[in-house]
Amino acid sequence: MERRVVITGMGIYSCIGVGKEAVKESLYNGRSGIGLVAGRHEFGYRSALSGIVPLPNLKGKLDRRQRVCLPEEGQYAYVATCEALEQAGIDADYLARHEVGILYGNDSSAQAVVEGIDKVRESGDTAMVGSGNIFQSMNSTVTMNLSVIFNLKGINLTVSGACASSSHAIGIAALLIRNGLQECVICGGCEEVNKYSVANFDALAAFSIREDAPEKASRPFDRSRDGLVPSGGAATLVVESYESAVRRGATILAEVAGYGFSSNGDHISLPNVEGPSRSLRRALDDAGISPREVQYVNAHATSTPVGDANEAKAIDAVFGSHKPYVTSTKSQTGHEMWMAGASEVIYSVLMMQNGFIAPNLNYEEGDEFAQRLNIPDHRVDVEFDTLLSNSFGFGGTNSSLIIRKFR
Amino acid sequence: MLSNEQIIEKLTDVLSEEFEIEKDEITAESSLKETFGLDSLDLVDVVVLIHDNFGIKLQGPDFAGVKTFGDFCELILRKLHESEA
Repeated sequence: MERRVVITGMGIYSCIGVGKEAVKESLYNGRSGIGLVAGRHEFGYRSALSGIVPLPNLKGKLDRRQRVCLPEEGQYAYVATCEALEQAGIDADYLARHEVGILYGNDSSAQAVVEGIDKVRESGDTAMVGSGNIFQSMNSTVTMNLSVIFNLKGINLTVSGACASSSHAIGIAALLIRNGLQECVICGGCEEVNKYSVANFDALAAFSIREDAPEKASRPFDRSRDGLVPSGGAATLVVESYESAVRRGATILAEVAGYGFSSNGDHISLPNVEGPSRSLRRALDDAGISPREVQYVNAHATSTPVGDANEAKAIDAVFGSHKPYVTSTKSQTGHEMWMAGASEVIYSVLMMQNGFIAPNLNYEEGDEFAQRLNIPDHRVDVEFDTLLSNSFGFGGTNSSLIIRKFR
Repeated sequence: MLSNEQIIEKLTDVLSEEFEIEKDEITAESSLKETFGLDSLDLVDVVVLIHDNFGIKLQGPDFAGVKTFGDFCELILRKLHESEA
């Protein structure tokens, strides 16, 4: 028998706030977390725009060995995971006695790689890298660190699927739980924001250069959009079977009702319409619902000309005359990369819990494809119970999740 | 040039700061493993620490027989004297 999969904990560390309450307020008030980073141009960047994310101080919370092995994105992930576990009511004793897994989206750890190799170049001796660099620099750094810190005994795996990484992590966790292979999985995603993290992405001229007004730079679906704004942080969800949540007496926040995925089999960076359309339809089929039941779509839309247009075409093709609200919270956060799939589920659940849809900031005039959609440029106060969250990535990897209020 | 006492004092300072050990726990008899809690990974960082602070490169075999802080000080003093010779 297939089990229902529910969300019982959420933790968020982002440029629009640290913690759910601060993030909810930012979403409600349409506050942008984007600014300019000093030194980016001097380093060689075309754009100095970025989500502004504070670095946590974990001294006193983690011991030296734990801190030495944890890169920037792992620090964000640790804080977000503590918040999610606390909300889920899962403590160290529970983790020690049960098989809780971790599936986390991450697709780089650039700072550790760059700085480690720089030390080898300078010294001519690999020993000068120290003990922590290897554990910081592997793609699986977050799952290897958090599984040790939190004493996790279930599945222990990093999901690397470009900008869809953490959406896939939630989807795969849901599949494992639905099929009875895991009871409870910590899942999410993270992204570093240091100067090494996206320098090669900046090289593709994919970032907005609207530096005169940083809060206006990320403008998904708007006709005058000129590129994305990189961002980062971490987002963690605790997902588990309905039976596990009831047994523990946990509060159920929402249900992961459907997971759709696809690959474009096409261009390495340019998204198409057919691949995402299949992902959307597959998520709806998996949830067993019709498009008309979806009241809100949290779009992947990153504010790039081609990406947003093709996603608008895909949403229009799937939903037709039914016009759910469509927004991209990236208008406030920028593109949180590997973290985005998980963070946008959290943003969407916070909005669903509190009866509003945050504005698609800077949506002044849609292009011909966006005009076919119902994109609010202001906050909409509305109760809704079913949403779809899209995440797409380089290589044409697509993930769509259906999240519902539990009933 | 630092005296032996000054070298030992500096070793106490850098180990205390890097590994978050109270200075009053650092005596000649303190066990690197039992008292300080240093494991094989930490010794990799000790190599970097000694290089950055004293300009000498320790190798894995150098740690053979080094069990206490006193043993460690002897090792560093010997290496420093060898490098000056």
